[in-house]
Amino acid sequence: MSTSSGALEQGRTQARPVDPDVPLLAVEDLNVRFPTEDGLVHAVRGVDYTLRSGEVLGIVGESGSGKSVTSLAVMGLLPGSARVSGSVRYRGQELLGQSDRAMSRVRGKGVSMIFQDPMTSLDPVYRVGFQIEETLRAHDPKLSSKAAQARAADLLAMVGIPNAAERVRSYPHEFSGGMRQRVVIAIAMANQPDVIIADEPTTALDVTVQAQILEVLQKALSETGAAMVLITHDLGVVAGIADRVLVMYAGRPVEIGAVEDIYYEPRMPYTLGLLGSLPRLDASTKQRLTPIKGSPPSVVNMPPGCPFAPRCPLHVAECDVVEPELLDVGGGHTAACIRVDEVGKAHGEASALFDETADDAVLASQPDPATTPEGATS
Amino acid sequence: MTATREPILSVRGLEKHFPIKGGGLIKRTVGAVRAVDGLDLDLYPGEVLGLVGESGCGKSTTGRAILNLQPATGGSVVFQGREIVGLGRKEMRPLRRDIQIVFQDPYASLNPRLPVFDIVAEPLIIHGLTKDEAELRERVRTLVETVGLNPEHTNRYPAEFSGGQRQRIGIARALALEPKVLVLDEPVSALDVSIQAGVINLLEDLKERLGLSYLFIAHDLSVVRHISDRVAVMYLGKIIEVAPRDELFDRPTHPYTQALLSAIPLPDPRLERSRQRIIITGDVPSPANPPSGCRFRTRCQKFAGELTDTQREKCLTVEPLLESRGEGHTSACHYAEATKVL
Ligand SMILES: Nc1ncnc2c1ncn2[C@@H]1O[C@H](COP(=O)(O)OP(=O)(O)OP(=O)(O)O)[C@@H](O)[C@H]1O
Ligand SMILES: Nc1ncnc2c1ncn2[C@@H]1O[C@H](COP(=O)(O)OP(=O)(O)OP(=O)(O)O)[C@@H](O)[C@H]1O
Ligand code: SF4
Ligand code: SF4
Ligand SMILES: [Mg+2]
Ligand SMILES: [Mg+2]
Repeated sequence: MSTSSGALEQGRTQARPVDPDVPLLAVEDLNVRFPTEDGLVHAVRGVDYTLRSGEVLGIVGESGSGKSVTSLAVMGLLPGSARVSGSVRYRGQELLGQSDRAMSRVRGKGVSMIFQDPMTSLDPVYRVGFQIEETLRAHDPKLSSKAAQARAADLLAMVGIPNAAERVRSYPHEFSGGMRQRVVIAIAMANQPDVIIADEPTTALDVTVQAQILEVLQKALSETGAAMVLITHDLGVVAGIADRVLVMYAGRPVEIGAVEDIYYEPRMPYTLGLLGSLPRLDASTKQRLTPIKGSPPSVVNMPPGCPFAPRCPLHVAECDVVEPELLDVGGGHTAACIRVDEVGKAHGEASALFDETADDAVLASQPDPATTPEGATS
Repeated sequence: MTATREPILSVRGLEKHFPIKGGGLIKRTVGAVRAVDGLDLDLYPGEVLGLVGESGCGKSTTGRAILNLQPATGGSVVFQGREIVGLGRKEMRPLRRDIQIVFQDPYASLNPRLPVFDIVAEPLIIHGLTKDEAELRERVRTLVETVGLNPEHTNRYPAEFSGGQRQRIGIARALALEPKVLVLDEPVSALDVSIQAGVINLLEDLKERLGLSYLFIAHDLSVVRHISDRVAVMYLGKIIEVAPRDELFDRPTHPYTQALLSAIPLPDPRLERSRQRIIITGDVPSPANPPSGCRFRTRCQKFAGELTDTQREKCLTVEPLLESRGEGHTSACHYAEATKVL
């Protein structure tokens, strides 16, 4: 067998055509709508992004902002009821509307996915080694079972499972949460995908285990040169590994830019507000936090105008006319706000725009149309 | 300083063991989950004591045992000079007015069938604290305003409020009896950061305005640093380090505290990328079968990487006790050494 350094180098059977001008993954005007009893839930409302070779794109945003639905749409994993439009191209090839068979060729080998709950990807009744071997054989049917077994053990060792040669015979339930997530990473990396989409891969884990898993993920990326879309609500995790950051709000990107621009020079009030809401582990002075009042809008029957308007300290009447497009502020940095210049003057200092309030009464006067009073009907 | 005052709450050797039943027809007890296993802590009037640790280390069990919601299996909890362990429901009732708990999940901890008014009014009615309907209305109105909600909306049901608002309702209810101590069990963990910040600010304001003391349970050390005066770190059912807040974050002495602080990512790209990270191996062992000697030894970076075999012997066989590392700073490690990790 080959004498290459990492387990992941082995088995790279065919070189893929690489055209540096074509992004690995290009998402354009992606829209996802779910018909529900309350009406059409417009969960993703026009997402655009590109991912280049070897790049890590962090996607952040509050719960319900459409991060997971965006990724499931890219992978073709949404339920049949979902109405998806727009375009998702992998190496120039359109993925939306592809048959299941065509998509399963892309999944794993081209683009693979890691979920928050490892049991989404693992089958409790099979040994973990067998599950890795199956993944390998799915894309390389000629692989001998001996070679598959050897690679499965190599992959487990790569993700830091001790005694990998023996642990291939374990079942998922014999592993802890952190170990299972390692197995999932091994499966995701098994066929050297170009793109990994990781949706909150460490959210369910303790912080010491999260540090281990992030290290394994970064090692896997550097060994394979894969690019990654990392979805998380943890702005610390993104700060550590993303090259670029996309901030989602109410189903749309509201700011995209290089990681340092987003953290140190945000141009969209929501991003600034998020940063000002974070207590800092490394702050010895007791600075008051600056929360964002209210909560995100319902994505059923959105009113016109900027979706952040009810919570925005810079809101003016003009904001309510049309929903702002992403505006180029230079250096590949875009923000969806008509007052990007005023936001820029804060230079990342949230207290320049946001109040240090503990009051939330504003929010109570704006009932959320999406929630129905369950208690009232029963 | 707080240290010279009498604690309002004093916990010594607290134990909460859950029996493990064997299989078969006769379910015999075959062992115990030692969820809390000899825990000491003091809470002083007017302070916020942060209690941190990873999932399953026994934080919630400690909180529930302190309130006698789940009776302790050993040890002592003295609240305002009175022993709580062993008290029955009726004997607890007068004490309940003074010590209240707020839970993590704002979705599960409020009765969905009751309008907010009833939820907040319930403790006042149970304890017979208002003389008539008018006074009750006034009290509920004040409480709801206190937590930053609009008092016009108390006829709505919990489902009509967002997560942050529901947590405010839970806090209003806990404040109804004008307690002196609040045990806050992960009060903001379920909330998005932009909403979490408002609840943290609220808790800070309430503490000042009402002269409360908090036992603030959380796994998020950034939140804990922000709100606490002192911090206690827990591992497998025991406190392994306690110190005033800045002392703990700037000069941690226990290898576990050091690893924990080092593992937390900072939302600052330049800083985060220039940090040296201590990565400890493995997972937390089962509390049913904690390691001999020092409970942290199976994951301890110092044990694995720095100590000689002779030094390790002590970690393997002798349980380290909390020892003084400076003013109000104690930790339980045979080879404790202050190190800067942030
Ligand atoms: N199958 C579905 N049917 C109807 N609505 C859905 C469905 N799946 C998701 N949604 C809605 O789409 C919106 C976006 O959900 P999504 O799961 O993408 O959020 P998210 O940003 O990943 O949030 P979180 O941080 O909580 O994971 C939410 O309002 C959600 O309720
Ligand atoms: N009723 C119970 N019966 C048996 N074991 C229990 C019970 N309640 C808790 N435990 C166990 O006790 C240990 C401590 O649990 P506890 O909920 O106190 O942890 P925690 O520190 O609050 O964790 P988390 O951060 O996940 O909330 C765990 O191992 C848990 O499984
Ligand atoms: S467009 Fe207006 S409301 Fe929207 S974020 Fe910008 S300033 Fe605020
Ligand atoms: S006593 Fe030994 S094993 Fe325990 S924390 Fe200290 S050095 Fe590590
Ligand atoms: Mg999600
Ligand atoms: Mg808990």
